[in-house]
This record gives sequence, structure tokens and C-alpha cells, in this order.
Amino acid sequence: MQETTGALKKTPLHDLFLEMGARLVDFSGWELPVQFSSVLEEHRAVREAAGLFDVSHMGEIEVRGPGALVLVQRLTCNDAARLGPGRAQYSVLTTESGAFVDDILVYRRGANDFLLVVNAANTGKDLAWVERHASEEARVTDASARFAQLAIQGPRSEAILQECTRIPLRGMKSYQFAEGEVRGAQAIVSRTGYTGEDGFEIYLPPAAAAGVYRALIEAGRGAGLRPCGLGARDTLRLEAAMPLYGNDVDDTTTVIEAGLSRLIHFDKGEFVGREALRRQQAEGPAMILAGFELQDRGIARHGHAVRAEGRQVGRVTSGTHSPTLKKSLGLAYLPPRLAAAGSRITIAIREREVAATVVPTPFIKRRRRGGLLEQG
Amino acid sequence: MNKGDGSYPDDLKYTREHEWLSMQGDVGSIGITHYAQEELGDIVYVEVPKTGTPVIAGEEFGTVESVKAVSEIYAPVSGEVVATNPLLSEHPETINQDPYGEGWLIKIKLADLADVKGLMTAAEYRKFIEDEAN
Repeated sequence: MQETTGALKKTPLHDLFLEMGARLVDFSGWELPVQFSSVLEEHRAVREAAGLFDVSHMGEIEVRGPGALVLVQRLTCNDAARLGPGRAQYSVLTTESGAFVDDILVYRRGANDFLLVVNAANTGKDLAWVERHASEEARVTDASARFAQLAIQGPRSEAILQECTRIPLRGMKSYQFAEGEVRGAQAIVSRTGYTGEDGFEIYLPPAAAAGVYRALIEAGRGAGLRPCGLGARDTLRLEAAMPLYGNDVDDTTTVIEAGLSRLIHFDKGEFVGREALRRQQAEGPAMILAGFELQDRGIARHGHAVRAEGRQVGRVTSGTHSPTLKKSLGLAYLPPRLAAAGSRITIAIREREVAATVVPTPFIKRRRRGGLLEQG
Repeated sequence: MNKGDGSYPDDLKYTREHEWLSMQGDVGSIGITHYAQEELGDIVYVEVPKTGTPVIAGEEFGTVESVKAVSEIYAPVSGEVVATNPLLSEHPETINQDPYGEGWLIKIKLADLADVKGLMTAAEYRKFIEDEAN
């Protein structure tokens, strides 16, 4: 979804956010709310009740036609043939070297009808990549302008969203989706998200976005639903150790190095990057993305050096104060022998060397219901 | 989180880096302004020098970190640190809640009281942040 006015792109909810007094920031070319009240309060709302996010900046690419499955299979490492209609999967558009063109969601709307949901900043690049590999049998369309996207996340999401739609949500499993009306607007509703909580993502026509957003805020008023910004989205996803493209993964890091080997299905047949990933799997990666926890006070941030055994061994890719655990957490690429839980490392935070310990990820484990932690 | 009154007390002095100074004799209490705490958002970590450390006007002496960002704090005046706020290591959010009271950062014994003259009054600071916002 995009509407360009001046330098920054705006979502259909922009005017509403100004009215609500949200603090807006430039996020990869989009003017989006970073917070409404407080990142900590918004974060807590999602863990304990529910939060509502505008993620209309995400890109959507349609792949349709008799060759659609073949194309999706060729460009992604997960096995899209395992998707029945009404199911989605987390996947990766892989480069020849097994790195990330992008990390994406693949929705199968019909036998020959796929929707790829991609990172906002990568939409143009992804579209060009998919088009470059397309055949006459598969039509590739940038559908980003036809979809706004809202995410309602948190344990009370189902009850709140159910007040606004007749789509039965109770029986919808994680990574399933359905198409139907939400407050009169034709929508795709999937049990997915980027917070490590149960929740839903709603794709709908831009013109309907503000009405549905208001309706959800209204329906969630008594249940503790809060409007949430990008600040909380980042702390939530990091506690769940879900990678952020451009920070934790990019076209120089492979799917194996990112610790996402579970997304690779070598047995499905040929795909871009398969040989490189097979080789790396056999030889073992030189670096692997690991989680750490600071032992002392401070906050690790993207780019800080990681040291062990007297030398630099990596860099922090993401780091934050965890509102749930009240600890300072982060992710870094480390040599495999240092990536095991319990390893001692130090993080260079400005002039200080702060002790840290490698810990298992995700940092927090949430209830199974719809949890993103079982993705794949 | 914040009180949202947006006020800048008249009895304080202010810097362009959004610190405030409150004088009692030759000792000045230093903190960050309402504007600064609101810009930063939820403060989760504060680092200030120990008692006895010299600080120099206009130079960085510590950091305040929110969930979103790191911000350096600059000394409004030169002198020596004579106290640090013990509340902040466990409750850094106090800065958001009460930036001019319980949320003070350090106290400095001034080397030269004339330093205070170079700082902004509340009216000047209010105008400064209005200009900065536009």
C-alpha cells in the first residue's frame, strides 16, 4: 500500500494517527508511528491483552497462473507444495549463495494463486527478482497498492477481532488464513504475526483500513487493546528472536547462518541457492546467529563489536532492553563454538566492555496457541 | 508516562542539549528536560560518573538510553560531581515521570559560578525548542 506525497510514503491511516497524536518517524521511506503512548506500555499490552499495528507498508506480490507453484518453489527454500489453499508459510527468497533476497510470507489462496508478503524496503527489489524468474505460465503483479495491512496481536486478539467479523476464528490454526468480510470490507485474515504472540494479520482494501482500525480499537476498548507503534513491534519481535531484514539477515547472510535451517527443504527439488546451502550444510557455517543476554547494565545496539578470547568475533545485529524479561538482549553472528548456550562473550558498548552470555532463542516462549514460535 | 504538562520551570536554567540546571549555593543539580524525556520515550538505562569526577561545561558526561535510542548528556557547567541520584539504577523511568524532581541525574559543585550566565532562561529555552520543532 502506498500513496506518495512529498518525500515520505503514507499509509491510509496517516491522518488518523495525526489525530491520535502518535509520534511518527521515517521507517525505510514510510512515515509510520513509532509509539502512541509508551513503547513499554504498548509492549505489555500485546503480551497481556492485545495491540493493534498498522503494517500497511508491507509489500504484496501476486503470483498467479498454471506455473505459479513452480515459480514459488524455484524462488523460495521452504516447500510451498505442502501448502493447501488457505495456508501460509514463513519462507525465504534465496539468492544463488543461499542468502536472503528477503524473508517473506507465502500465502496460497488457490491451486494457482499465491500471495507473497514482503518487507516494505524490499518490495521493488523482490518484485524485480520474481519477475526476472517468471515464465509465461506465471503472472507476477505488484499488489501492494491494493492492500492495507493491520495486525492485531496478543492473547485477546481472537475475541476482539471476532466482534468485527463472521469469519470463524476459533478453529483457525497458526499460519492458516481465510477470506471474508471484516466490518463490511473484503479481507484476508491470517493467524500470523511478528510478535511471538497469538494474533492475526488482516489484509484489506486501503479505503476500508481506517474504518476497520477504528472498529477494532472500539471492540478492544474494554479488553485492554492499545494502538501500537514500530517501537513495540521491534521489542516484541526481538524477544521472540524473529529476524529483521537489514539488521539480522540480508543478502550476505545465509538461511543456515541465520539459524533458519528448518525452512530449507532440500527434498522438494531444485531452487535458487540450493547447491550453496547444501554445501554449507555439509561443511558447517562459519558463523551462526545466536542470542545473548548482558550480565551487566547497558544496552547492546546494532553494530556493536562482540569480543571473545581477546579478539573481535562478531557484531551485534539487533539489541534492546527486553520489557518482558527486564534484561538487555541481543542477536549476533558468532563462530559456532561460541554460539552454544552458556558461552561467555563481551559486547563493546561505546567505551565499555560489557559481559554477556549466549542464551537459547527465542528469549521468551509463549503459549502454543497460534504462536509464531512454531512457524515453518 | 510523562505528566504531559510540557512545562519548563522558571527557576531553572537550560542548555541547547536539553539539560536543566538548578542552583543551590555553589552546587547545581542537573537533569534532562521534559522535552528531552518525551523525545526519548521510556528510559531504561542511565550512566553517570561517580562522585568526585570532574566534568567540563559543554562536554559529554553520561548517557541516557530509552528503548529506542541512546542520548549523550552534556554538562551545563564545569565542576566536580558531588552526588548522583541513587534511584536511577533501579528506576530509570523516574526521569520520565518527574524530570525536574525525583529524576535528577547528578549534582555538581561549580568551579566557576559565571558558567550559569551562559545558559538559557525558561523563556529562551521554550522558544529554542519551538524553533527546533519547526
